[in-house]
Amino acid sequence: MSDHPTTYVPQSALAKWFESRLPVMGLLHSSFVAFPVPRNLNYFWTFGAVLFFMLISQIVTGIVLAMHYTPHADYAFQSVEHIMRDVNYGWLLRYLHANGASMFFVAVYIHIFRGLYYGSYKAPREVLWILGVIILLLMMATAFMGYVLPWGQMSFWGATVITNLFSAIPVVGEGIVHFLWGGFSVGNPTLNRFFSLHYLLPFMILGVAMLHVWALHVPGNNNPTGVPIKSGKDAVPFHPYMTVKDAFSLVLFLILFSWFVFYMPNYLGHADNYIPANPSVTPAHIVPEWYFLPFYAILRAIPDKLGGVIAMFASIAILAFLPWLDTSKVRSAAYRPLYRIFSWVFVLCAIGLGYLGAMPAEGGYVIASRLLTAYYFAHFLIIIPLLGLFETPKPLPNSIVESVLGKAGSGSGLPTGAAAEPQTKG
Amino acid sequence: MAQTTSAAEPTRRDFLYIATGAVGAVGVAGVAWPFISSLAPDAQTVAAGAPVELDLTPIAEGQIVKLFWRGNLIFVRHRTAEEIQAARSAPLTALRDPQPDEARTKEGKAQWLVVYGNCTHLGCVPLGQQGEYKGWFCPCHGSIFDTSGRVRGGPAPINLPVPPYTFTSDTAIRIGAEA
Repeated sequence: MSDHPTTYVPQSALAKWFESRLPVMGLLHSSFVAFPVPRNLNYFWTFGAVLFFMLISQIVTGIVLAMHYTPHADYAFQSVEHIMRDVNYGWLLRYLHANGASMFFVAVYIHIFRGLYYGSYKAPREVLWILGVIILLLMMATAFMGYVLPWGQMSFWGATVITNLFSAIPVVGEGIVHFLWGGFSVGNPTLNRFFSLHYLLPFMILGVAMLHVWALHVPGNNNPTGVPIKSGKDAVPFHPYMTVKDAFSLVLFLILFSWFVFYMPNYLGHADNYIPANPSVTPAHIVPEWYFLPFYAILRAIPDKLGGVIAMFASIAILAFLPWLDTSKVRSAAYRPLYRIFSWVFVLCAIGLGYLGAMPAEGGYVIASRLLTAYYFAHFLIIIPLLGLFETPKPLPNSIVESVLGKAGSGSGLPTGAAAEPQTKG
Repeated sequence: MAQTTSAAEPTRRDFLYIATGAVGAVGVAGVAWPFISSLAPDAQTVAAGAPVELDLTPIAEGQIVKLFWRGNLIFVRHRTAEEIQAARSAPLTALRDPQPDEARTKEGKAQWLVVYGNCTHLGCVPLGQQGEYKGWFCPCHGSIFDTSGRVRGGPAPINLPVPPYTFTSDTAIRIGAEA
């Protein structure tokens, strides 16, 4: 943002008057209209916009749902059914919100994969990447607390299991858990404070997301070659080139979202959560929401309570150290033949852990969970550091435009005028 | 303005900076405390933790009764002779959290086992009379407990704890208060 002097020229007298007092239109113009983006961005680069849409969607549906919901252990379940049956379009708002959480995670996992595959976490984007890891943690906390609010069986026992994770901390663990619960077990005070935090955290996500965009706009976007923008020919202005691409991607994403909302709204949920919370009976098979399954599998793979909890949190925290674990100077997997294979193996490993997280913790499933957990950490701690030392990368193109048009073609076939002075367009 | 120097000698101004900062830090901590403390179990919740009485006469041999104290699930198990025998004959060296059965029951009341009903792993409710030792089996993560509520397998780190309780008569207990 600050790096790119604005080319916004206010037209009307009012706009001039306003801009000289608060130059926010110029800031928006330089950030989302004239901002130069690499001309070779593919559809993986549209998920930031999808995620922004999902965050706003969750906030809007959530605010309306909160007007009808009662955060009390005796009334919460009833009030959710009240939303489903009595409130006009309450079913739609709730299904949008519940499936919206899943879609949010679909998009964020694709977004993270994009970062991993194309090396977007490497210098100079380390802070950008760490802010992303913080957003992921905030999203997980928000989603977990949101799932508790309907106060069904899975809500109650999910809350019990996850808050009990903190009891693994030596000495002070039990005291911390009593503070989390506001009692000696999960109960009404727990539900109350989870509701309060569930309302707060999305706005914290919004704040960190703005820092994330700010940190992005300092070095600018990475791109599929990993080679930075070197001249105006490498870039196109954000509007209309990225806005239209983001919009098209968002439309496709909304089709998927709508398919879940209108045709299988409970597919990603769990039937047991339509049973009111009962503190004396645990459902036979407790599983978290699908987006937590890989981490749940890691938790269960370690045959020690404290060890399991540490491994689970470490599996996310390790992402923050990735910029320094990766020893390769080449960003994009497109030019790293071995890393390219290993990054897909890692995806299979994560999906495998997700599958195992949904299976009962017994027999072969436990052994497989341990193997995949070991591989998960080996990917970050052994494979990535060693690959940078032993892999021979393919030759990088001299510029983005060369990679798109070939050595001879630079200059021809450009969108008319777009590449010459991208900052001035829009 | 007083003359400012960066001399090695501490000045009155340095003292004022540090003193002001220290008072400010104490103030912030003092204001933060009510916010943190408000998250602790409140007076109503604590008051609801008053001892509860339980009449044991209707509990048949082999039966497990569930009740709540302080919002926590408690199992009261009327153990059969075989179950007591199984609990008492287990070698302590085979236990993860070694505790003799005698230390987990009241003297002369070996048939009554009173334990918390949440698994010590992550708090699920174990199923009674199941698992390898026919004590309890936790369906969530596979912890196995014997007929004394001691962990014998799975991820649970410690035995099901025994809550404070006392026999008020031969056939009644009060949970939440030691004798």
